[in-house]
Amino acid sequence: MTDVFSTLGFYLSKPFVVNALIVGVLIALCSSLLGVTLVLKRYSFIGDGLSHVAFGAMAVAAVMGLTNDMPLVLTVTVVCAVLLLRMGKNAKIKGDAAIAMISVGSLAIGYLLMNIFNTGSSNLSGDVCSTLFGSTSILTLSTFDVWMCVILSVLVVLFFVLFYNKIFSVTFDENFARATGQRAGLYNLLIAIVIAVIIVVSMQLVGSLLISALVIFPALSAMRVFKSFKSVTVCAAIVSVVCALIGLFTSILAGTPVGSTIVAADIAVFAVFFVVGAVTKRTA
Amino acid sequence: MPQIKCTDLTLGYGSQEILSGLSFEVNAGDYLCIVGENGSGKTTLMKTLLGLTKPLGGSIEFGDGVTARKIGYLPQQTDVQRDFPASVREIVLSGCLGHDGFRPFYNKADKALAQRSMERMNIADLSRRCYRELSGGQQQRVLLARALCATEEILLLDEPVAGLDPKVTAEMYELIESLNKNDNVTIIMISHDIDKALDYASHILHIGHEIIFGTKDNYLNSKHHAKKGDASYD
Repeated sequence: MTDVFSTLGFYLSKPFVVNALIVGVLIALCSSLLGVTLVLKRYSFIGDGLSHVAFGAMAVAAVMGLTNDMPLVLTVTVVCAVLLLRMGKNAKIKGDAAIAMISVGSLAIGYLLMNIFNTGSSNLSGDVCSTLFGSTSILTLSTFDVWMCVILSVLVVLFFVLFYNKIFSVTFDENFARATGQRAGLYNLLIAIVIAVIIVVSMQLVGSLLISALVIFPALSAMRVFKSFKSVTVCAAIVSVVCALIGLFTSILAGTPVGSTIVAADIAVFAVFFVVGAVTKRTA
Repeated sequence: MPQIKCTDLTLGYGSQEILSGLSFEVNAGDYLCIVGENGSGKTTLMKTLLGLTKPLGGSIEFGDGVTARKIGYLPQQTDVQRDFPASVREIVLSGCLGHDGFRPFYNKADKALAQRSMERMNIADLSRRCYRELSGGQQQRVLLARALCATEEILLLDEPVAGLDPKVTAEMYELIESLNKNDNVTIIMISHDIDKALDYASHILHIGHEIIFGTKDNYLNSKHHAKKGDASYD
C-alpha cells in the first residue's frame, strides 16, 4: 500500500500529471452538466457527431500546418452544433440522420485528408488513434492548453448556473416556454454553442470516440436514482468528477489508457446506480 | 376591446393551407371550446394563437391586458415529459420565467406565486414529489398550476382530459370551470368531446368544412337547423 502512495506521490510531483488532473476534473464537470439536457432532449448522439466534426477540423488544421488548432476546431464545431440544433424538427433530414451524416462524413473526410497530405509524420495510424481515443494527449498538455481549458470551463459553469432555470424550462417543454414569452430560440442557440465548446475541450481528455460516454453516463446514472432536476444535475456532476479521478489515478498506476479507463469507471458506476434504482423502486 | 380578435385568418404550414376565412373573438371571462374533426386544424389554430406558427393570412389582435406572450398554455404531454426527472415545484416555478426576462434566479414573488398556484390546484402537498411518478390527473394539475404562474388572464388548454379516466375527467372539468367562474380566467379549450364542451362552454368554435362561431345557444340552434335541413332533403 505504501508502494501505491509513494508511486502516486512521485507522479503528483510532476507538473504534467498535475495538469492532467486539473484538466480531467474540469472536463468531467463540464461534460456532465449538459448531459441531462441532452439525454432528455433525445440528443444523446450529438456528442458523438460533434466530436467527429472536431476530428475532421483537427485534420484540416494539421494539413494546413497550424500549430495551434483550437480556434479553428472550436469555430467549425460551434457552427455544426448550431446547425444541428437549429434545424431541429423542421429539417428535411431529421435529427438523428443529420447527426449520423455529419458525424460519419467528417470522420471520413478527416482521415482522407490526413492520408493524402501525410507530410512526413511517420506514424499516421498512431496519430489517428490518439486523436480518436485521446490515449496520451492529456499527459502532453501545454500551459496554453491548460489555461484555455480552465477559462472555458469557468465560462461553461458560469453559463450553466446563470441559465439553469431557463435550461430546465426549454428542456422540459419548449413550446410552453416559447408561448409564455421566454426566449427559447436564444437559449437553444446558447446550449448548442456550449455543447460544442465542451466537446472540443473534452477531446483533449478522452478523444473524440469516447466523448458521448462522458456526456451521457453520469446523467443516466443520476437519473436512475434521483427524482428532481436539481438533484440529478448535482449527482451527475459529482459522479463524473469522481469517475474522472478514479480513471486518472488508475491509469497512472496501472498504465492503462486514460479515456477508456475513465469510461470504464463510468460504466461501473452506472451499473451500481441501476441496481440501486431498481431496488428502491421495488421497496417504495 | 376583446382579449383576442381574429379576422379572416388563413392557417397552414409553408404553402399548405389547412383552413381559411376564420374570424372570431374572445372576451374576458369567455369559455370557448374549439371542436372539429382530426386534421381540421385545431392544433394549428392553437399554435398560431400562441405565436408558435405564423398565420398565412389575416390578423390576430390582442387587447384587454392580453399580449401574444401572456397566454397560459396547457399542452398535451410529450414522451420526453413522461420520464423527466423533475419535482412538482420545479415545474410549477418554471411558469414564472416568462416575466423574469434575463434575471437568472427566482425571487420571492415567483416562489409565492408558485405556492399559490399549487394551492389552487390542490397539489401543494405534492410539491416535493417526482412528476413522472404522479397519476395522469395529478400531472395535468401540475401543468395547470404552471400555466397559472404564466398568466392570470387567459388559458389555452389542448385536450386537457385526454387519457384520463371518467372520474378524474369530471374533476378536471370542474376545476377548469371554477377557474373560469370564480377567478374570471378566460378559457380556450380544444376538445374532442362535443357533449362535454356544450355542458361547460359559453362559446363554441366549430372548424372543418363549415366554420361556425357563436354562443352555445347560437351553435345549438344552427346545429338544429342543419339537422332539420338534412331531414327535409331525405
